[in-house]
Amino acid sequence: MNTLVFEDFKPGHLGQFGPRRVTREEMLAFAAEFDPQPMHLDEEAASRSMLKGLSGSGWHLCSVTMRMMFDGIIGRTASLGSPGVNELRWLAPLRPGDDLMLDVDVTEARVSRSRPTTGVVTLKAVVSNAAGQALCEMVTPIIVRRRHDVGSGQAG
Amino acid sequence: MLFFEDIEVGQRRELGSFTFTADGIKKFARQFDPQRFHLDEEEGRKSLFGGLAASGWHVGSVCMKLLVADGLRQAREAVARGEKIAVWGPSPGFRELRWIRPVLAGDTISFASVVESLRSSSSRPEWGILQGRNTGTNQRGELVFSVLATAFVPRRNAGT
Repeated sequence: MNTLVFEDFKPGHLGQFGPRRVTREEMLAFAAEFDPQPMHLDEEAASRSMLKGLSGSGWHLCSVTMRMMFDGIIGRTASLGSPGVNELRWLAPLRPGDDLMLDVDVTEARVSRSRPTTGVVTLKAVVSNAAGQALCEMVTPIIVRRRHDVGSGQAG
Repeated sequence: MLFFEDIEVGQRRELGSFTFTADGIKKFARQFDPQRFHLDEEEGRKSLFGGLAASGWHVGSVCMKLLVADGLRQAREAVARGEKIAVWGPSPGFRELRWIRPVLAGDTISFASVVESLRSSSSRPEWGILQGRNTGTNQRGELVFSVLATAFVPRRNAGT
């Protein structure tokens, strides 16, 4: 199993991942627990909202994006976590039954000043629906172990 | 929720608190963020976080949950005063989200929101645009979470 380390991340396109279907049931369950606004739960209220129809919570879309990033990259990366998200834009609503695709680019990769055995890899993630319309775009740094550090103290 | 005209820069709302349990952290992580330090106590202890840590997206989603609950409280108060209810619009996004310290199993996080800026929307005159700094603070008074979020807020006399 090849674990990706800091040195594997170069600026440029990293890959496209998916599809991941978001069902109406999943959308409603997330909204009921974390974001119970009428535009995410009630067809009638949603049709009168700015988004003109039932839409998923933006935080659900973020969380699904995280899962797609895990399945695509982070699950096979020596990742130590993330300090945050520089910018996130919700561009179009998530709809029931959407099949999502994720595109990830590396925008920057630099050695950490405060923790030199690690690097900071900045990823730009764009999630699109099956029609190719971008729904969400985020720029987020992740902390990744450097190669010379991977072998030390670990078997295999 | 309040109308755009009723909001001032600097206004602060206490949104309430939420305790992150080990079960809740693992349930969210299994679905959305199955990194080992979000799923297993021992892996969490060995990680930079020093214990079973909630996914940052879990923390953000809980902040949203408390924002919505606070909005419902304000709507009920408006109804009790016989006033019109302001239904907020969707958010175009956020900036400067920082997971400053880990949220570990058992931590109780208190969330608050402070209005940072207000401007009118040139393309949608019936809406104003609010930027708010939403924060989470743990039971030791340490800031753990911060985000500068944007939302569309209805004007009181929209459409009249």
